[in-house]
Amino acid sequence: MTNPLVPPPKKNPQKRSRVPTRPSHMRSRAALGLAAAAAEGRFMLQVCDECKTVQYPPRDACRSCLSVELVWKDVSPKGRLIADTTVRTSTNVYFRERTPWRVGTVQLDIGPSVICHVHGDAAVDDQVRLIIRLDKSGQGVLFALPDKATPNMEDDPHMREMTCDPKFRRVLITDARNENAPALAKSFADAEASIIFIGESESWRPYPHREALRKIPKVEILPLDVTDTGSVLELAGEIGGKTDILVNNARFVRPGGIIDRTDVNFSRDEMDVNFFGMMRLAQAFGPAMRGRGADGQNSAAAWVNILSVYAWSNMPEYGAFSASNAAALSLSQCLRAELWQGGVRVMNVFTGPTEDEWHQPLPPPKVQPAALAKSVIGGLKDGLEDVFVGDVAKDLIDRWRAGPKILEREMIESGGQ
Amino acid sequence: MSSKRQGYGGVVVAAPVTVPYQRFSKETAHWWIARALRKLTRSAGIKPADLDGFSVSSFTLFPDTAVGLTQHLGLTPRWLDHIPFGGASGVAALRRAARAVQAGDANLVACVSGDTNHVDSFRRMLSSFSRFAQDASYPYGSGGPNACFALLTDYYMRHFGAKREDFGAICVSQRENALRNPHAIMKKPLSLQQYMDARAISDPIALFDCVMPVAGAEAFLVMREEDARAANLPYAQIRSTIERHNAFAEDPIQMRGGWEMDIDELYGMAGMTTDQIDVVETYDDYPVIVMMQLEDLGFCAKGEAPEFVRSHDLTIDGDFPHNTSGGQLSAGQAGAAGGFIGMVEAIRQVTGSAGPTQVKDAQTALVSGFGMINFDRGVCSGAAIISGSEAS
Repeated sequence: MTNPLVPPPKKNPQKRSRVPTRPSHMRSRAALGLAAAAAEGRFMLQVCDECKTVQYPPRDACRSCLSVELVWKDVSPKGRLIADTTVRTSTNVYFRERTPWRVGTVQLDIGPSVICHVHGDAAVDDQVRLIIRLDKSGQGVLFALPDKATPNMEDDPHMREMTCDPKFRRVLITDARNENAPALAKSFADAEASIIFIGESESWRPYPHREALRKIPKVEILPLDVTDTGSVLELAGEIGGKTDILVNNARFVRPGGIIDRTDVNFSRDEMDVNFFGMMRLAQAFGPAMRGRGADGQNSAAAWVNILSVYAWSNMPEYGAFSASNAAALSLSQCLRAELWQGGVRVMNVFTGPTEDEWHQPLPPPKVQPAALAKSVIGGLKDGLEDVFVGDVAKDLIDRWRAGPKILEREMIESGGQ
Repeated sequence: MSSKRQGYGGVVVAAPVTVPYQRFSKETAHWWIARALRKLTRSAGIKPADLDGFSVSSFTLFPDTAVGLTQHLGLTPRWLDHIPFGGASGVAALRRAARAVQAGDANLVACVSGDTNHVDSFRRMLSSFSRFAQDASYPYGSGGPNACFALLTDYYMRHFGAKREDFGAICVSQRENALRNPHAIMKKPLSLQQYMDARAISDPIALFDCVMPVAGAEAFLVMREEDARAANLPYAQIRSTIERHNAFAEDPIQMRGGWEMDIDELYGMAGMTTDQIDVVETYDDYPVIVMMQLEDLGFCAKGEAPEFVRSHDLTIDGDFPHNTSGGQLSAGQAGAAGGFIGMVEAIRQVTGSAGPTQVKDAQTALVSGFGMINFDRGVCSGAAIISGSEAS
């Protein structure tokens, strides 16, 4: 049984923050498929397109028929733990600081044996279920879980290293005015976040759900305007050293594309919030988060961007907004590369049209705030990098993967519907 | 198929050479290999220019290979080999060189292995040992071979009821042998109690299950019998050899090595049975793999090695002399030279030149090699039977 996590003690500000170290990140190109699967929480291995043999470790040619047509596919994660060991000395500093560390050999029902991390509740000879998770180096690794859920299993120390569970972590949600803020805050409270800071711009200007926000336990509303560098720096000075999870939910949405807008004013606002807002936040909060990636149980863990799925393919009805999100998506990849050093994850949550006033004329389905919040929490608990919320977003990414050019035509013809 | 193989008649192995090991060295593999070659040529009474064949095994030569060494050391061989098989390199070097000499491609082949050991070289080697290790074992705790062999040992113990004491018996007897080897890195006696009480490394592997990485070199010569006799060099006959890679790939975890596939050929070619073997030198980076070799090489049935080590005395004067120099477990693991230590000691044993570790009347030795934990198991295996020139 996993010992439940206890709330970490208040940190002595005079104490040195441990420098984040990482497991080895070196991988062959073929092995990067594990990271791609982990980014979305899928269990995928290479399967030979010709003879269907499942391959492991990842490779360039089939171990059975020498075909080079190896395709990453969702496969059964079931297997049996046939041997285990507890590593007590390691040549890698990351593991050395975290020993004892348990690893094992799992014989998969679909064929290969793998070496994997092992959950404390899985015993040798047990049936286990494998998952692929991103480790602190950002690479995909195999992890064996007990076949059936056990109490507090998410608190397993190895597992917590590979997820961004909000439990006992301190969260900043950047935009109180966004209609999704109460649902997000509520979900973090339910997930046992220890403090939920919420940034609020133009505090003098009322908005309908302020009271509801204030009533959510552990919520603390603080001034923050992501379009104002001074305001962002001021808040970072105050809480930057204790922000473990940052949820960048500020967004500026207006319908319209290029020609029918007579000037660039809305576009400038869209870029200022959706693109430069992320950059200002990252410049102010990023350094401390990157430095606190190994700061005990409530270390800095994740940066969450809530983006439009139209970042992938432009929706002309919201053409300029889509473009600002495409820019934000690109910037998030840069941020991911920069936060990597600290082992801090960047998770993008892509949503289709949301249930709010600026998407009012669009037909359903629309993403409800509660659904969005659930995806954010779920993604953090699973340590994901890419989350697609709702049918529209899932459908769009499917189409994008099948052919971005075809999707571009579909976006014109269907009006994105 | 096996009966078609040609014997090694007329080809012999001679001039066993060890460059005494050091725990750490600031020198390079080139330096260690040069020392071995110099010692080899002097002990054989030849000049480096007389060598027309050269075989090299080393992990730490990078960016060089055997090619770079020819220029570095001023050799002009007409036959050149580089064997990256780790613990199986000694057997592989012998059998390849023997065929070259037999075919006339070379007259005199120096087989050399050597590695340096810098303070950080073990960690560096582990992190990029092989592509599969880099991708699929090192990221999991980075326990290196300790962790991989811990998994094999755990599985072996569960399946065959081996106890830690059984592995301890191997380690303790090898330490006793090592105390008679002046070159052994380990100089203090080891009791079973000390073995049992040792610090855990990667359960069930503890400190004395692990070899000590060191710097060092080993070498021998392969040549025609008539040339050895003319030079008045003690030599050994090559009775048979086997080699196998990636055997039993479908086994979910390693419980046996390639020896099992080729054992009939090994004894058939030599025209011998196990009871005619006087000395056994197995590859011993961890005691579990010694047990697998005792089984796969026919000294007992699969799963019976624990009982075998309980009922035999594995020391030099015992009823089953095994790893008489102390093996890697007590003499040290000098990188790829770990694949040569058993071969070089076996040549000494059957030529009667082992000195303090000499097994009385040793005529025939079996040498076994095992190498390269490419991912979850050792991929290379090999074995050779050699006899002193007086053996029939």
